[in-house]
Amino acid sequence: MAIYKTNEFKSGLKIMLDGDPYNIVENEFVKPGKGQAFNRVRVKNLKTGRVVERTFKSGDTVEAADVMDTELQYLYNDGEHWHFMHPETFEQITADAPAVGDATKWIKEQDMCSVTLWNGIPLNVEPPNFVVLKITETDPGVRGDTSGGGGKPATLESGAVVNVPLFVQLGETIKVDTRTGTYVSRVKDE
Amino acid sequence: MIPAISPPIDHTWLPCADLATQRRRAQLYADLREFFAERAVLEVETPLLSRAATTDPALASLMTQCHLPGQSNNELANYWLHTSPEFPMKRLLAAGSGAIYQVCKVFRDHERGARHHPEFTLLEWYRPDWTLAHLMDEMVELLRTLWQRPDLPTKRYSYRALFQQFLGIDPWHLKIETLPHHAIAHGIGGAETLELTPDGWLDLLFTHCIEPHLGQMGCLTFVCDYPPSQAALARLNKDGDITTARRFELYQYGMELANGFEELTDANEQQQRFQNDLQTRAEQNQLIVPMDTALLQALADGLPNTAGVALGIDRLLMLITGKTTIDEVLAFPIERA
Repeated sequence: MAIYKTNEFKSGLKIMLDGDPYNIVENEFVKPGKGQAFNRVRVKNLKTGRVVERTFKSGDTVEAADVMDTELQYLYNDGEHWHFMHPETFEQITADAPAVGDATKWIKEQDMCSVTLWNGIPLNVEPPNFVVLKITETDPGVRGDTSGGGGKPATLESGAVVNVPLFVQLGETIKVDTRTGTYVSRVKDE
Repeated sequence: MIPAISPPIDHTWLPCADLATQRRRAQLYADLREFFAERAVLEVETPLLSRAATTDPALASLMTQCHLPGQSNNELANYWLHTSPEFPMKRLLAAGSGAIYQVCKVFRDHERGARHHPEFTLLEWYRPDWTLAHLMDEMVELLRTLWQRPDLPTKRYSYRALFQQFLGIDPWHLKIETLPHHAIAHGIGGAETLELTPDGWLDLLFTHCIEPHLGQMGCLTFVCDYPPSQAALARLNKDGDITTARRFELYQYGMELANGFEELTDANEQQQRFQNDLQTRAEQNQLIVPMDTALLQALADGLPNTAGVALGIDRLLMLITGKTTIDEVLAFPIERA
């Protein structure tokens, strides 16, 4: 079992606290000139997303959390769980709603997602930065307006609603930046 | 599909401190030398390398080797980089130097953070026949000069009064076993899992609950009269119903800047404290280091009553230039050294 000493602490390090995996957000070294040294850290619980403060005595050790990010292909949703597959080993992994979170409104079958696994269990699913999705619902736009000024809401096949330019029509396919939730461009059907 | 990215450009050869900050440092050195020259305090230089190390369990010395002609590669070649120039400066005082100061690099292993760097610059000065109160006055004058702000306010508190004010506890009259409860009650995360010495708990409470509030608005805030268990190299003093260590620390904007002592001059007590330190080191599985016997001899021959203080120049420069990390005032921090 891997162990980290406080002098290895830095942001991004994954550690175990009270049985849960945490990510170090910030590490502050605190030491009076003539006294005990401490590491005062801000840690994020990777299961709940809650950020808390924690103080360690410098030199203390803490168990490493077996957390890794893996690229997995999204297969399908069975109504309750989301199923993913490793593209080389074909190993299948099942994620629940808290782990999938907001990713659910962006991903469609066969998309590659970055899945954070803790002891093989998905904690978090990140959709690809850019996704290409079909518009399933939007008001008819103003003919001839290609300026992109103004906009209207459009519902996508995955369920997300994004603001699109007025000239974009129902049934068209668009590219969206999932990090900001914004429209990027129209995609011509092959 | 991972987008192609161009190879990163390596900027790590560049300095971290900008040129304005490097100029401000030079100005600081010029101003402090003028300050002490006007007061006839002698600038001195003592070795960075020493055959002895500090025994203080809270400080870790770096070691190197130095081979003199005819010397074999054994432990006689071991030299320690000083953590402060205190010991040799006291030998100069005992030899009759009168008031002295030094600006030098000091080295402390295992210390790295936004306010800590393993090598940093100290200004240390000693005033024979001065009291701590007098030295604090001079510190205020010096800092007003270096800040170029004659209006900087100043305040003095006792360590005891601050614990009573911020935590409602009296460090001189409390049950040791209640300390963890106070830490938990004041919301220090993970306090329930810590294993600390009584002074460790006091340090935890002080750094988390008191220190951040000290010296706001730039007020030069002195904390005086420490518990005897935190005396380090300060004299003890019977102070009404309690014994205090004749020490002060200076804080500004929540940051520790300086540490001052009415210096211990008793050779026997000094030796006893060195031995107690080494005992603590042994219990904590720390390195056992050679104590400074030359200092003990100097004390035995007679050190005048002296008040002395060390001021962290890099931290002062951080505050004066409005920087939040020590890296921003160093040309090349250790990762770029």
